[in-house]
Amino acid sequence: MKVRLLLALILFVTFAPLGLRAQGYSTQTSNAILIQNATILTITHGNIEHGSILIRDGKIAAVGTEVKASDGATVIDAQGQYVMPGIIDCHSHIAVDGSVNEGSISVSSMANIADVLNPDDISIYDDLSGGVTTANILHGSANPIGGQTIVIKLRWGKPASELPFQGALPGIKFALGENPKRSNFSPPPGVEPRYPATRMGVEETIREAFIEAREYKKQWDDYNRKKAAGDQNLLPPRRNEKLEPLVEVMEGKRYVHAHSYRADEILMLIRVANEFGFKVRTFQHVLEGYKIADEIAASGAGGSTFSDWWAYKMEAFDAIPYNAALMTERGVVVSVNSDDAEEARHLNQEAAKSMKYGGLSANDALKLVTLNPAIQLGIDNRVGSIEVGKDADLAIFNRDPLSVYAVVQKTLIDGQVYFDREKDIAARPALEKEKQDLLAKEKKASEEKKASEKPDANPEKKPDQKKKHPQNSEDNAGAVAEGGR
Amino acid sequence: MRDRFKFRPVCAVVVGLSIAGLIGSVFSARGDRSGPPYFAVVNARIVTGSGPVIDRGTVVIAKGLIQAVGANLTVPPEAWVIDGKGLTVYPGLIDAGTDLGLPKEESSETTSTGPGRRRAAPSGEIAKSPEDRPGSSPWRVAADELKSDDKRIETWRNAGFTTTLSVPDGGIFPGQATVIDLAGDRSGDYVVKGMASLPISFKPIGAWWGFPDSLMGTIAYVRQVFDDSHWYAQAEPIYESNVTKFERLPYDRTERVIARGVRDNEIVLLPANNSVQIMRALRLADEWKIKAVLYGGQQGYQVAGAIAAKKMPVLVNLKWPERAKDADPDAEQTLRELRFRDRAPSSPAALAKAGVKIAFYSGGLSTPKDIFKNAKKAVDAGLPPDAALRAFTVDAAEILGLGDRMGSIAQGKIANLMVTDGDLFNEKTKVKHVFVDGRWFEVHEEPPAEKPGDHKADSAPSSQPKHSASEEGVGR
Repeated sequence: MKVRLLLALILFVTFAPLGLRAQGYSTQTSNAILIQNATILTITHGNIEHGSILIRDGKIAAVGTEVKASDGATVIDAQGQYVMPGIIDCHSHIAVDGSVNEGSISVSSMANIADVLNPDDISIYDDLSGGVTTANILHGSANPIGGQTIVIKLRWGKPASELPFQGALPGIKFALGENPKRSNFSPPPGVEPRYPATRMGVEETIREAFIEAREYKKQWDDYNRKKAAGDQNLLPPRRNEKLEPLVEVMEGKRYVHAHSYRADEILMLIRVANEFGFKVRTFQHVLEGYKIADEIAASGAGGSTFSDWWAYKMEAFDAIPYNAALMTERGVVVSVNSDDAEEARHLNQEAAKSMKYGGLSANDALKLVTLNPAIQLGIDNRVGSIEVGKDADLAIFNRDPLSVYAVVQKTLIDGQVYFDREKDIAARPALEKEKQDLLAKEKKASEEKKASEKPDANPEKKPDQKKKHPQNSEDNAGAVAEGGR
Repeated sequence: MRDRFKFRPVCAVVVGLSIAGLIGSVFSARGDRSGPPYFAVVNARIVTGSGPVIDRGTVVIAKGLIQAVGANLTVPPEAWVIDGKGLTVYPGLIDAGTDLGLPKEESSETTSTGPGRRRAAPSGEIAKSPEDRPGSSPWRVAADELKSDDKRIETWRNAGFTTTLSVPDGGIFPGQATVIDLAGDRSGDYVVKGMASLPISFKPIGAWWGFPDSLMGTIAYVRQVFDDSHWYAQAEPIYESNVTKFERLPYDRTERVIARGVRDNEIVLLPANNSVQIMRALRLADEWKIKAVLYGGQQGYQVAGAIAAKKMPVLVNLKWPERAKDADPDAEQTLRELRFRDRAPSSPAALAKAGVKIAFYSGGLSTPKDIFKNAKKAVDAGLPPDAALRAFTVDAAEILGLGDRMGSIAQGKIANLMVTDGDLFNEKTKVKHVFVDGRWFEVHEEPPAEKPGDHKADSAPSSQPKHSASEEGVGR
């Protein structure tokens, strides 16, 4: 079976679309790559001028000023350029087929982003062009407990099955405040508004779901224990796709990413989590996090916030651009996220804002979009800094990435170049020509079709038809409409 | 999502009653099965579908079945003889996905009050959880709702189609699809296999206030239903042998019907048109442990190898993607869309080449002429003509689990035949005769003298077919 799967995979890759703009890039198979003459922003070990990075089998094999290329290595000369770890977006909704919200119910934990990954979403490529290599793909915030989430690498051109970040724990989206209580959404006339409608109700919904999940786990534990003891006549419990992910949360097998704004509701969720014995992994948005940074730090949760985006609804009025810096100062692991396919293309600039607002160092600012989100997603042993042994997920900028003039030149994931600005630009004329040719082909076909249909509209037949069918009959209307279309 | 059959919620009871009435009236006008049960088509070229082509041979039909086929056959004395000189006999064609013969559902899309999510609520109860079984009526069987006065039955038959997989509409589990042969006196006569397959749609039905309102929610719901069905299959025998020990099992039609379907290895039709949907469906079919057949398949050219590796058959929708007729002429066309529209007709060729078994379905095309025109596009894009014929006949029959009784011209197979004056994929070819379950229909070219709906006695072969039967010919 495994062989067959592998075969399927190989065949798929062979036939897989290589994307509209990235054609050919992702098939690079060279085993060793040397990036040389670069300023390397390692994040964990300072900056290295005129340094090189040797990549082997998709991993960083060596970093430093004395690194030499092995035989046959592909050399990328990054003279005057900057290499930083691939950017990690801790809050993204790209690469999703269909809606990111299952908003019909208060607890939609049966819904799973992993089921609807869309490797053809052009946003993947767009975000690669901004140096993003990993993204936390979240369900929306319509429900106190939302759907299951997944961390992906932006392996543009690969099928959905190859997007997930292998080894990263899956997550689940929670949401507090206005969105889950539907403050800014109203159902059509005749439809009852969905429960809950208050922050109290949000808390109650989460608590009730976990009480249910606890009971569910007990049912299965009892069943498995009796079965193990040899009891044959047992009615198995039903599987419950809604409660299983919550059991995983309580067992520490699934991270909670909680959409939140206000300090009071953040404290509420920390208490509820304590009650059921789990930890909130990240508070997302967390715009009032600066008010309760100590409590968040003590709970072990991370904070994933916006740089300077606020006042788009009541609960976002108390936000300040110093949030990331202030939480960082108090010991919270902080990331800056996009929540938006476009914003994800300049997360380097979003990070830089915390240097102006709050005075973070350049390295701490870069951490907001590299090492810190890696820690929050539990993948810092694999990505988030440039260190030997880590995945070769890298972004090469033409200038210091904290500059507004910095533009990504190449983005690598697992040592493969998934975005290359020069090649992208070079490929555009051919793609444009292909497009124009296809448009012309379609136009020609449609004109030929029209021409061939014309003789059907034989004028001699028309009076006959009119006799048989009243003018407003369906048949006649259809004939007219067909000509008109 | 143009790949799906159109599914719409239903009011089964009302529909059922109205059909009962309609069927009654139609069949009383047509009378009983008449005409001889014995025929022989002689001196014809016979494309058997399962064996070599017979350049000049005879097909003998007796009591609905093919009694014999071969080059040198003695024609039984009781048989009506049709001279097949210059004619070709093909197996009757199968349209592997249509709403032919099924009642038109009332549209659920009530008046729109605005774009997107602000549409008015659908009628009926709003589901709040999977337990409410939204959009699920898998117990409905198309066979029970057949509307044999559907004019398209005659139109399709006159074009050489003898069989369809008629797929009900409406919801996530709309009901069981039925294989019908396109002739009969009573609706029961049409039915070859009532519960032939279980179609699934992943189209969200809830629209933001009823569950599920997203693709992922819909998939999660279907997963829960299969969980529940597997559970019921496991729990039922345990309960039955311990009735004094356990609470009785709740009655849930959906899980019971699907549990039976899974047990009987019934085919489940999964929607999968583009490459992403196809790869997803391959994964879900494994996960759900179902015998799946994909429908759509129009971007199969990208992932043919992966489908072949799973040995997954595909029903290919012949309604090729086109630019919407009312599309803004100035709207930006993406290269991706353009490529898809350009290459979709090459999917059957790619699938066949990779070794995927395919069948064709009309998928909402409104005339047989369009079906053949679009099948021709697949041939022009590299599908060998004999593979195209198989997709309409023997492979379709095999995918539907009926290869033992239809799809080719061989002894013992159901006598579903089309007789043409030329090659199937030649535009000028005319269908001259059609046999459905051994009933003879002669096809004429003259336009109908009356409106098609006014014909009553023309379907049953009579002693002077040329005078009484004046069915509209289908020039292709």
